[in-house]
This record gives sequence, C-alpha cells and structure tokens, in this order.
Amino acid sequence: MLRSLLIDAEKCTGCVQCELACSYENEGLFNPAKSRIRVFTFHHEGRFVPYTCTQCAEAWCMQACPVDAITLDGDTGAKVVNAAVCVGCKVCTIACPFGTVNYSSDSGKVVKCDLCAGDPACAKACPTGAITYVDADQTGFEKMRAWAGKTDAGSAASA
Amino acid sequence: MSWAGKILRVNLTQGSCTTEALNRQWAQEYLGQRGLATKYLVEEIDPKVDPLSPENKMIMTTGPLTGTMAATSGRYSVVTKGPLTNCVACSNSGGFIGAEMRFAGWDMIIFEGKSPKPVYLYIVNDKAELLSAEEIWGTSVWHTDEWLHAKHQDPMLRIAAVGRSAEAGCLYAAVVNDLHRAAGRSGVGTVMASKNLKAVAIRGTNGVANVKDFGKFMQAVNDGKKVLADNAVTGQGLPTYGTQVLMNVINEMGALPTRNMREVQFEGANKVSGEAMHESRPSDGKPNLTTNAGCFGCTIACGRISTIDRGHFSIENKPEYWGSSGGLEYEAAWALGPDTGVDDLDALTYVNFLCNEDGFDPISFGATLAAAIELFKEGAITTEHTGGHELAFGSAESLVWGAETLVSGEGFGKDLGLGSKRLCEKYGRPELSMTVKGQEFPAYDPRGIQGMGLAYATSNRGACHLRGYTVASEILGIPEKTDPLETTGKAGLVKAFQDATAAVDSSGLCLFTTFAWSLEDIAPQVDGACEGDWSAERLAELGERIWNMERDFNLRAGLTAADDTLPKRLLKEAAKTGPAEGRVNDLDKMLPEYYELRGWSAEGVPTDETRQRLGLS
Repeated sequence: MLRSLLIDAEKCTGCVQCELACSYENEGLFNPAKSRIRVFTFHHEGRFVPYTCTQCAEAWCMQACPVDAITLDGDTGAKVVNAAVCVGCKVCTIACPFGTVNYSSDSGKVVKCDLCAGDPACAKACPTGAITYVDADQTGFEKMRAWAGKTDAGSAASA
Repeated sequence: MSWAGKILRVNLTQGSCTTEALNRQWAQEYLGQRGLATKYLVEEIDPKVDPLSPENKMIMTTGPLTGTMAATSGRYSVVTKGPLTNCVACSNSGGFIGAEMRFAGWDMIIFEGKSPKPVYLYIVNDKAELLSAEEIWGTSVWHTDEWLHAKHQDPMLRIAAVGRSAEAGCLYAAVVNDLHRAAGRSGVGTVMASKNLKAVAIRGTNGVANVKDFGKFMQAVNDGKKVLADNAVTGQGLPTYGTQVLMNVINEMGALPTRNMREVQFEGANKVSGEAMHESRPSDGKPNLTTNAGCFGCTIACGRISTIDRGHFSIENKPEYWGSSGGLEYEAAWALGPDTGVDDLDALTYVNFLCNEDGFDPISFGATLAAAIELFKEGAITTEHTGGHELAFGSAESLVWGAETLVSGEGFGKDLGLGSKRLCEKYGRPELSMTVKGQEFPAYDPRGIQGMGLAYATSNRGACHLRGYTVASEILGIPEKTDPLETTGKAGLVKAFQDATAAVDSSGLCLFTTFAWSLEDIAPQVDGACEGDWSAERLAELGERIWNMERDFNLRAGLTAADDTLPKRLLKEAAKTGPAEGRVNDLDKMLPEYYELRGWSAEGVPTDETRQRLGLS
C-alpha cells in the first residue's frame, strides 16, 4: 500500500517539532533552516500550516532535471534526489509549483522530502496528529468521517 | 557540549561587539540560562548599582537544551538588576528567538553601558552589529517587528524588542519577542530601554549539532515527551484551556485575590475563565479563543491565540486589533480581571494585546491599577490626578483607559508606570500596595494557599509564582497533595520547589513541564546533551547554589530579612469567604524554619558553612 503524508493544519500548534525531526533525520542536527518540511505562521488569522512536498505523480522536478538526479522510489512513491548525481543547477526548484524543492548552498545540491524511506520523522514527532502518514488512496478518510459524524445519524450514534 | 561555547559581549557605550569563550567551569556549576547568566552578572556588576544606569548590565541567555529537540526547548531569559525590586531580576520567555540565538551560535549576549543613540542589535549567525534605531524609537514592539522584517527582507528574522512603555520609564516594562511572548516581569524591558537598545534581531542557520550523545539524548527526549502527553495537566488541561484552566479552580479554593486583594473570591471568575474563552459570544457568535499555540519545540502548546469581537467598545474603531494575537494566560487574566474587578473577557484580551504591543507586564499593570482604584475609592487619588477620569472596580472603561494612558506615558500614565509600591507611597497610603520587595503579586492568595505566602516572601525577585510554585502541591497535588491551609511542612516544600525551579530555569526547558516532570525526567535529557554527569541530585544542588547566589546578591544590594515579608493586608485581614474564611497568612510560623532549612542565620544570611557546602565564594 502506498502511503502519503497528510497534513491537517487545524491541528498544528506551530511547535516545529516536525522541522527539528526532519533536520535531525536527514542532516544529523537540530536545525529548522535545514528542514524539508516548514511550518508557516499566519499570526493574525491564528493559523499554523506545515508544508512539504506532496510527491505529485507528474513530478515536474523529476521531469525537469537535466541529469536524472531525481528518481521515483517505487516502494514509497517518493521522488528522491540522488545527491551524487545532482549538479545543483536548480532547474527543479523552478519547475516545482509549490516551492518544496530547495537549494542548499552548503552542499551545492538540492534537497526535498523523500518520506524518510517510508517512515517519515516529521509525522512521528508531531505531538498533535497534524501530520500523519496514511493510505495514499484514502487521504480524505478522516475528513469524511468527521463530516459523517455531523449527520443526524452520526451524532445519535456517538451520543 | 551542548553549550554553543560562545558569548557575545555588546558594549553599547563604545558600539562594539566582541566574542568570548564561555566559562566552561561555571557552566558545570550553574548549567546555563538563569543560573549561568546570573553568575556572570554577580561577577561583573556592583550589587548597589542603579538598575537604570549604564553601569548595570543586561544579559540575554539560553540554556544548554535551548534549540534542541527536547520538548519545550524554546526558552531564554533576560537577567539584570531590576528597577522594580532593586534585586536580581531574571525573566523567562518562550517563543522562538531563544532557539534562534542558539542556531546563530550564541549561548548568551551581555549588554553593557549605554548607547549614545537608539540602536538595535542585528545578528546573522556569527556576525553581529549595532544599527540605528532612531526611526523606530518611540514606536511599539509590533511596529518595530514589522519594520525590521521589512528592512532586512527576511521573514525568518526573530525579534525581541521594547515598546513605548519601556521608553517612557514604566518600571515593569517587558522585553517582548515574536510579537506575543515576553520576558515579562521585574522591569527587564525598562533596563533595555535605559540603554537605548530598542531591539535584538536574530537569524541563525547553523542549528545545534554538538549534543554529547544523540542516541541517549533522543531516548530521554522521547521518554519525556511521552510523560507530558500522558499527563492530565500537560496532555489535556493546558492544551485545551491554557493556564486559564486555573481560574475557576483557584476561585473555588478561595485563593483568587480580588479587588486589590481585599477579597479572595471573584463573582465574575467564570466569565473570564479558560472555559469562557471557548464559549461563543452572543454578540458575534465566535469564541474569544481562536486556537492554542506552541512555543518552539513545545509539545504542550498552552499558548492562547485570541480574537476580540470587532464590535467590542475597546476596538470597534481600531481595525488594527481585529486580527488574532496572543490571548490571556491565567496570571494576566487574573490581574486584569479579578484584581480590578472587571469581568469583561474581551476588554481583558484587548489590554493583554496592548501589553504585548507595547511591552509591559500585565500582572504588575493590573495590580498597580487595582491599587490606584482603591486609592481613588479612598479619596487619596482624585479626578484632579487622573485628568477627570473616574476609577472604579469592575469598570472595563477604567481598565482600558488605564492601559492606554500608561502606553501614552503622559499624565496619570506616568503614575501607573511607577508600579503599585511607588504609586501607593506617592499618594501616602503605602499599606495599600500589594507587593513584596516592590513587585506585585500574581494570582494566588496566600491566605488560601499558605505555602505561597512563604514562597512570595522569600522570592529573590519579589512577589512571584514562578520562583516556587507550591500551588502545584497545595492545590493540584503535584508531586503529592498537601493541605493549602496548613503551615506545617511548607518550609521544606517551598525550598524544594525553589531549588528545582532554579535548575529548570537554567536548562532551556519550560517550567510548565514540571506539572508532569520531576528533575528525574529532566536529568537524563541534560545528561544526554551536556558534558559531565548529570543526575537529579546534582540539578537540585545546582538549583540551591543558584538560589543562594541570588540571595547573596540581594543582601549585598541592601536587602535584609525585614524584606522577607508580606503586606499587612495578607497578614492581618482575614479572608472573608471560601475555604480559607477567617484565615490570614501565617508567615511567622514558616519563615524561621525556612531560614534554618536553607542554612541561613536568623537574619536570613547564608552561613559560611552553607556557602562552603555549595561552593559559593
């Protein structure tokens, strides 16, 4: 079963444990500046929104790469950067409509979410369940269940 | 490890920024943050120095766990000699700037001297420079934040600043960071402004890499997070209701100081409680609470983000306050609410916004206003002093006017900026000031919670709940339940809480974890990260060392045992209602035993034996 990161911004408190976990898993230190997932704060709206690569099927980053440094991990569906091949041309950062592929001036390569080979550290570190790793074909399941619970039958059942 | 090992020394008189190596021996003896910065302070300044003179210093400091993945690792402190108390002042704040300081590579920043012109400190990793703040002097914290982000074109810049109240000399001004977190108490912001230092802006991209043993550390961190998640207070109560979970509880215990501490229960408590913040307003159908929020690394997320009804009288013509921002914590809600007799939740929230926008302590402000209202009631203050304004308990208009006047720094606003002690002295009624060592009380009446009376009287920064929170034991039963109306055993309880708190405040972690964690949970995290062997016993002893160092500084600053006391009202006027009805605080039954347990003389001075035992010179 292919799984996908599911982000529920309603549950996010902006604590950035996901950023810490990502940087620790991938870079071996605690450094939000090196995280592939980022939490955005909209202070006046009272909203916190974690954002990272959606591993889109079309994968423009992968298509745009002139040296085929980005490949599909068949097990996880992740589009993975092979740092040994990446030449740091940044074309993928332009191709990605969401801005989730970024250049690292330290390494001269690009970095993006690779789903931690199927065990994403951000989801494990999230204390509120705002980031979960679920069946890729059923990302709407919890939302459907929440709405279902609002029907007369649903509220009667839970009462 | 896990200290950055580097201190930034900023001489504001000369305009210089220099780098120093951290004193590693002191780090082993005082850990970091509160302990270590206070060690630097007491070594570097004359205890008798005028807090608002260039000779005073101000230290912004992280702990060794700040910026790590430990839960609640976003803490930093501002340490200085405080203008409200003339004691050592150490105010702790969360938000994000503490971690950013570590990511830029600094354990602490020592500010000394006074800049000839307004400046701000701009740090990007190891580069630090002082830049002109003349354009933002005289503006709010919120404006300063916006201006700095725009000027440096860096949305990730983390900013701490002082507002107009600090510039106007309000003695309880705060250093506000990340718009709505504050090193709030004891007037540390007043000291910052006295140095012509408007703001500190930091961007750090290096992270924290020098953890002693990542494997051990992560194990301890994950164990700790599980304890927080499974605990009813840190896992449920605080995320849902914030510290405001306490409003109704403390009121029922008859320990909610009301109308300048004349009473111990407030009839309107439920209207300004954590529960009330969740309820939909009849006016616009929306709740006061928009969401809860976490500081950096915090898995509890007790922070409140609130939105005021746009039709509320305080903001109906002020769209700049229509968005959400930092909402009421319990202590702020109490000072602005029950202590002034006001039960209008949105009025409290608006004044709380002003506290953040212009950097002043809501506890001291609310308590000072409460004293002013009583002075007005007694005829000691009249409309002649207030420019025609009537002050009354229960009046939301009085509250809003008081806060806006304070920010203006004009007229009666100057009087309110004096704090309760100096205000009551000025108007000839010093006994109406509800303060210890010049600092206003927080939200727990010591007639109904006896141990807190001793904690307040002996606190090294004046009346404060964050120096020995025996409420945890006396009310909540953490780590074990004691009778709040009993004095027996409270001396030992207060000492244990004070010492443990000093250690937690030195680690980079949040004190609120101690609703669930003991030093036994914290020690493995420190031990995994920091050079040396760290046990709970060592941390407790380190806390005791810090407590005695602070005490020693205060004694050398001129304090005596006579200052370890409470206002007469709490010692002589009995509680009128509730479980504590008929009780005063029996401080005299606890204080001598406390001195003895501390290893102090009957005059409250640490004996040579105590000093030797703790390694104090």
